[in-house]
Amino acid sequence: MTRLNRQSLIIGLTFLVLAVLPPLLSAIDQSYYVSIASKILIYALVGISLDLIIGQAGLVSFGHAAFFGMGGYVCGVLSHHSANDLLVFSVFTGTNNALISWPLAVLVCMVLGIIIGVISLRTTGVYFIMITLALAQMVYFLIISIPQYGGEDGLSLWTRNKLPGLNLQDDTQFYYICLAWVIIYLLIAHKLIYSSLGLMIKGAKLNHQRLIALGHPPFKAQLMIFVLSAMGSGLAGALMVNLTQYVSPDYLHWSLSGKFLVIVILGGIGFLFGGLYGALILLGLEEILSSYTDHWHFILGIALVIIVLTSKSGLYASLVGRKAT
Amino acid sequence: MIARLVIVIASVFISVTAWAEPLKIGFLTTLSTKAGYLGEDIRDGFMLAVEQNNGQLGGVDVEVIVKDDERKPEKGIEVADKFVKKDSVTLMTGIVFSNVAMAVVPKMVNQGVIYISPNAGPSKLAGELCHKNYFNVAWQNDNLHEATGQHVNAAGYKSAYILAPNYPAGKDALAGFKRFYQGEIAGEVYTKLGQSDYSAELAALRAAEPESVFFFLPGGMGINFVKQYSQAGLNESIPLFGPAFSFDERILGAVGDAAVGVMNGSQWSHDLDNETNNQFVEAFKAKYERTPTLYASQGYDAANLIASALAATGGDVTNQDAFIAALEKAEFDSVRGNFKFGSNHHPIQDIYIREVIKDGDKVTNKLAGKVFENHQDAYAGDCSL
Amino acid sequence: MILFIEQLFNGLQLGVTLFLLASGLTLVFGIMGLINLSHGSLYMVGAYVTATVTNHTGNFFLGICAALVCAAILGVIIEMTIMRRLYHRDHLYQVLATFGLILFFNESVRIIWGSQPLFIDIPQSLNFTVNLFGQGGYPAYRIAIIVLGIVILLALFVLIFYSKIGMLTRAGSSNREMAQALGININRLYTGIFAFGAVLSALAGGLAGPIYAVEIGMGESVLILAFVVIVIGGIGSIKGSFIAALLIGIVDTLGRAYLPAFFKTFMSASDGAVVGGSLASIAIYLLMAVILVVKPQGLSSKL
Repeated sequence: MTRLNRQSLIIGLTFLVLAVLPPLLSAIDQSYYVSIASKILIYALVGISLDLIIGQAGLVSFGHAAFFGMGGYVCGVLSHHSANDLLVFSVFTGTNNALISWPLAVLVCMVLGIIIGVISLRTTGVYFIMITLALAQMVYFLIISIPQYGGEDGLSLWTRNKLPGLNLQDDTQFYYICLAWVIIYLLIAHKLIYSSLGLMIKGAKLNHQRLIALGHPPFKAQLMIFVLSAMGSGLAGALMVNLTQYVSPDYLHWSLSGKFLVIVILGGIGFLFGGLYGALILLGLEEILSSYTDHWHFILGIALVIIVLTSKSGLYASLVGRKAT
Repeated sequence: MIARLVIVIASVFISVTAWAEPLKIGFLTTLSTKAGYLGEDIRDGFMLAVEQNNGQLGGVDVEVIVKDDERKPEKGIEVADKFVKKDSVTLMTGIVFSNVAMAVVPKMVNQGVIYISPNAGPSKLAGELCHKNYFNVAWQNDNLHEATGQHVNAAGYKSAYILAPNYPAGKDALAGFKRFYQGEIAGEVYTKLGQSDYSAELAALRAAEPESVFFFLPGGMGINFVKQYSQAGLNESIPLFGPAFSFDERILGAVGDAAVGVMNGSQWSHDLDNETNNQFVEAFKAKYERTPTLYASQGYDAANLIASALAATGGDVTNQDAFIAALEKAEFDSVRGNFKFGSNHHPIQDIYIREVIKDGDKVTNKLAGKVFENHQDAYAGDCSL
Repeated sequence: MILFIEQLFNGLQLGVTLFLLASGLTLVFGIMGLINLSHGSLYMVGAYVTATVTNHTGNFFLGICAALVCAAILGVIIEMTIMRRLYHRDHLYQVLATFGLILFFNESVRIIWGSQPLFIDIPQSLNFTVNLFGQGGYPAYRIAIIVLGIVILLALFVLIFYSKIGMLTRAGSSNREMAQALGININRLYTGIFAFGAVLSALAGGLAGPIYAVEIGMGESVLILAFVVIVIGGIGSIKGSFIAALLIGIVDTLGRAYLPAFFKTFMSASDGAVVGGSLASIAIYLLMAVILVVKPQGLSSKL
């Protein structure tokens, strides 16, 4: 089988399974797992958006939880204001409408992405990792000290957002919304990678100096892809808050940024799809191991080390038989 | 290919149905992370009561499903969801931390689950968000701080320097202290959550020359603070006060002599002299080979509260109104002696002050006096029940 | 004024503790190019072993020695079984593997010692206070830590710049292949350096035990600070990380001491305490961001 065919087969099969999963689960009377599957899709969305900058631009962000949490907080705060009839900045009313909340969450993350991006992109390599961490920590401590929004206790949402024509309270409908967003984001990312902008970003990853010498300083392109990545993670955060009907500073914590990195690496860097498989293995392992023992971290830890030592480039790469870029 | 997949998935997930259906109790608590010993003690106290009744509560066979929330609200919601959707649980208990409780409890009680809190008692759940299905058998979060404030006040200290971490429970704690302390506040400091070094705060504190110090720093933060307070020699000049959370029997093992002499407010103590308590402390020591903490006592009370309601309703939880009415009566022998519920399903109880003493090699608590008789929380008025 | 000097001193002490942890990290990172997230786990193991042995023997110094031996053995084992295979891999895989090690170590400690924090006291010989500032006692143990930190800094300098091992290390770090071709056993050298880093980390943990809570995960929060230190200092630079550690220690301490008071001058006492407290929490991250924006490679780029 040629590589391309194998790849198409695996992608096709994956989406086929994803598409029929809820009826399948309800057929075997395990509908509970639909919400776990939604969670995996949401983490996959973060994984895909994070891989966009790691895999394509070679920029490792250790602060993506800031976007994830910020997206979540925008939704949470709007819904909190709408439920309690409070004004935001004494001007706007809150809302529970997904058509307003979600775009606004993405927009806020875009702005945050621009701010963090402009500062961070002055550095590279390990220094980039650390500066994204530092800026994300600032967002974390900022949110934790706003008492109106619950501080460390976070905010509970009374219901999920409303989307005209759909009932997001229904786990199956919500699952398909998540799936739709994963597909849409994949398509956008795919288009970007093969555009001239994408080529320039790859060029910057390979030889930053030469690109500048050629008169194409890649800063703008890198910033754009960073911001797109931030927006994806913000959207995922908004979805997550809807799934759990709860938002807390845990969604901004650096350990979550670490978990996102683990997902990308497990899945395979530079494939976009890797994020999906990474989320599947990590969350799947957690779910399975934790049902057998309290000490599942012990086994997960060993498993992660073994995975690194035995596999060279992540699960997706092994499936399609390619090496990491 | 897909057919095979279905069979594999099905065989993994379908659970074996038990013969006789015992009543399932979802026990969601914190077992991993460094705070895991809190959940451990609540669980051990709860299970002790179940064991003493041969696997039954109130004459009904129970199956306690214990799950870890990793101290994360997100994980808590997930596990609670699983309890309801997969195990058809209608009775839950176990949560240690307020932030997990705030995420899980409103969602669960709205779905018709009855939740008995053996620890966390955030103010919102006692006030505006109170619910007929929610009971707290431990305390409202502010209670122990209020008692400590009242004690410091009654003992005649003219000024107090107060510290807590910069998060909601910390602010509630200082507010609770100030609600009953009438003297001058010499300083009010909010520290970083998870902070380990307090030398800067201690230097500023010494310079402010207060007559007393009150702090609320749960877990490792409290261990750090008390150790460093004593190492700086401050325990000889300025007396230290706090809620029982930083002075439970297991933390005292880690703090050691540095804590000796500290007065702390608590609704329970292992040397509280009543028949139920003496029996509980003996049985707990015999089974787990350690002195129970207040958390263990709360777990034990939670189990006995459930038992009393199950006995009154003949084990029928489907008639929720009758079950809730039975819970409200709180007809069980609490290890605290006096115990009843207020209108908001939170305890009305006596609160004591304890002193940390050295008993032979062991640093432990000793009851030093009663601060409040039949104390009720400040939020009951906001509750519409 | 005296209070200010005392606060500076507190900052110095925090900085030295951070330096002990960061020095091992920056050595391993700078010389072998290895990001070791599990460095903090060795700090935790150091504290646990010190506490256990001290409580059994009653001798703190014996406890520290046991922790160092333990860390050295663990370091050798980890290097030979895992790290050795990671040097040529991308940083990201090092992050993943060492993240796995953190989970492993945390859970192992919970299985062995339980989740209850451990007790360890200051050794009797150092359990007194010194009247440094006329205001009351400064713990002698903290002064001992400052002295020890400076001794270790000097020892590291001598070791790196004036000893044969240091020479080999510097050779291996600047050109691994060339050093190997000249007959240096790089593998053994790297094992040694990694174990040495582990020992430094365990020493920091053991010394921190009597002051801080000995509990699961105690390594992670300090690990983040240690990374901040080595990045500000310039990766691989002992001198840089010493300066950065002091800077972080002092900024963090002064921030906590003075920011809330500053905000209280124009806000209500409670609000000022809250806002000042929040700002103090982010002060070090702000410092790091500013330094990296001005000097993207950190303060110093030499060993």
